[in-house]
Amino acid sequence: MKVTVCGAAGGIGQPLSLLFKLSPYVDELSLYDVVNAPGVGADLAHICTKCKVSSYLPANDGLKKSLENSDLVIIPAGIPRKPGMTRDDLFKINAGIIRDLTIGIAETCPNAFVLIISNPVNSTVPIVCEVLKKYNVFNPNKIFGVTNLDIVRSNTFISQLDSTNQSKPEDFNIPVIGGHSGETIVPLFSIGAPQIYSSLSSQQKASLINRVQYAGDEVVKAKDGKGSATLSMAYAGFELAEKIIKLAVQSSSNSTDSSVTACCYINLADSINGAADFKQKLNSDINFFSVPCVLGPNGVTEIDSSILDKINNDESDLIKVSVDQLYPNITKGINFVKNY
Amino acid sequence: MFSRTSSFQARNLARCFSTSLPSNYKVSILGAAGGIGQPLSLLMKLNSDVTDLALYDIRGAPGVAADVSHIPTNSTVKGYGPENDGISTALKGSDVVIIPAGVPRKPGMTRDDLFNTNASIIASLAGAVADNSPNAAILVISNPVNSTVPIVSEVLKAKGVYNPKKLFGVTTLDVIRASRFISEVQGTNPTEETVTVIGGHSGITIVPLISQTPHKSIPKEQRDALINRIQFGGDEVVKAKDGAGSATLSMASAGARMASSVLSALSGKTSVTEPTFIDNPLYKSEGVEFFASPVTLGPEGVTEVHEYGPVEDYEAEMISIAKDTLKKNIQKGIEFVASQKK
Repeated sequence: MKVTVCGAAGGIGQPLSLLFKLSPYVDELSLYDVVNAPGVGADLAHICTKCKVSSYLPANDGLKKSLENSDLVIIPAGIPRKPGMTRDDLFKINAGIIRDLTIGIAETCPNAFVLIISNPVNSTVPIVCEVLKKYNVFNPNKIFGVTNLDIVRSNTFISQLDSTNQSKPEDFNIPVIGGHSGETIVPLFSIGAPQIYSSLSSQQKASLINRVQYAGDEVVKAKDGKGSATLSMAYAGFELAEKIIKLAVQSSSNSTDSSVTACCYINLADSINGAADFKQKLNSDINFFSVPCVLGPNGVTEIDSSILDKINNDESDLIKVSVDQLYPNITKGINFVKNY
Repeated sequence: MFSRTSSFQARNLARCFSTSLPSNYKVSILGAAGGIGQPLSLLMKLNSDVTDLALYDIRGAPGVAADVSHIPTNSTVKGYGPENDGISTALKGSDVVIIPAGVPRKPGMTRDDLFNTNASIIASLAGAVADNSPNAAILVISNPVNSTVPIVSEVLKAKGVYNPKKLFGVTTLDVIRASRFISEVQGTNPTEETVTVIGGHSGITIVPLISQTPHKSIPKEQRDALINRIQFGGDEVVKAKDGAGSATLSMASAGARMASSVLSALSGKTSVTEPTFIDNPLYKSEGVEFFASPVTLGPEGVTEVHEYGPVEDYEAEMISIAKDTLKKNIQKGIEFVASQKK
């Protein structure tokens, strides 16, 4: 498997690239950034795993070379938030970066899995999809907005509230749907951790949900101008990427372990199994949403909408708010490409 | 509250019955917000032997802690700065202290050029370790390792808490580089290459024993180039980073590997062997107090220092040169601490 990291020299890109270099499933790792990629490449190249490292700057068709034959492209590129900023404030700068990288992908490795970390994810994923559509290479099964950090955080936060002390953080896998910012994030604790969640007071529940929704701000504030979540984001991005990679690699070795479910922010294209069902149950025609995706060797095989049968009334309300806030985020992304 | 108390009790029990209960270990990282410290903090957060991770730096550690604390693994994390004697709290009761603190090299600098800045940083941190976690295993990453390890030992000696079995200069990156570079030259799988690297942790003090690998018959020219590359692998990265720093990610992975081995050994795992720069009986009689050898680790630190085995003439020559330089590097560290006392 060849993995390309676009934005490899940044705060997320560096530890993310480290985790890929340490993975036994990655044969080739290509690092791309506008500055410093060769230094990061020289550093990582010394680690004694099989994975071969290459690094490129923009000069001499660097992006194209970095993307050549890539199986998975992960994009943490862009600027991070400072205290007081929302993810949306990043749009002006990051939208153009994402668009240009996606053009490179469309021209060079249109069959790759594309994982988008760059914020605001709610808008950058629609940008990626619209650009790929323009180049007639759009495959909705392979384009993922990475919301895994919200799941990671949900798992950590709920385990801290386990008063019985019986569980470990690794035991949890809370489904989180919706978007990837503030109130568009909808963690479904009543489904993911029913026993612990039901033991909490209403105030504790509200506080917990709020914490997941604004955990990003928690880190931006703690870093006091020095950036946003980098290490935990690298971990979360890598965790999702490795799931996708393992499935793709195992399929070629005919393993029977053939699917995994993960919540990802994707285009709910009608061509995807279960997308229409999901939208129907959601009672909305929204086209981008983080949903439980059944993953296979070629990306999303199916959307599991059964989760919407299990939500409680509070969660239903949260979902409505999420949908309402997501619409303008999505439109912003789509219009950016249309007006380009 | 309840969970903290029970984990504290479990920790004490773990000390009595070390092989039968799950281990609870506190790891402190001094310099956690730096170029090495940050990825190192991430890797230690992912290490399931760690139950309490304390991150200290002169600035930025609370931000790093808030970041990694969101990862759902076995440890609680807290970040500390100098205010309110943060370093003492960061170190109290620590089982393993990893020190990447200090400034990195710029192009053209040797590790020794860092001495003036890093010596006082390390001496000060060593004092805090002596006061707060005298029984901890100490892993020194800060360069120049050949001198900073002796600095730590002198500070600990002055405070009456020096344990030579628990002080380690991290040379793991040289071993990692050796495996990687040899695999590139020979077209082999780097994960299957093992190279014994002895001596020190800078330039010509690094002695990779190629004659002990399956590749002893590499043509001389290739072999010399390989050895040179291993010895100056650090410079390769400093140059490539063009002023932006030195090896951080590979150093973090090496430091994490060493820490992981130390933790495994603490918890009772047997046959844990790592190469490391230690207070070494090997050449003490010649005035070389510290030398990197392969050692076996146990619950009390170093249990056995291994002989490095037969070497060829050219390697014996390299070892001799390494010893000469090491003597000076070590003396520099010792004299620094002595001069501070005046």
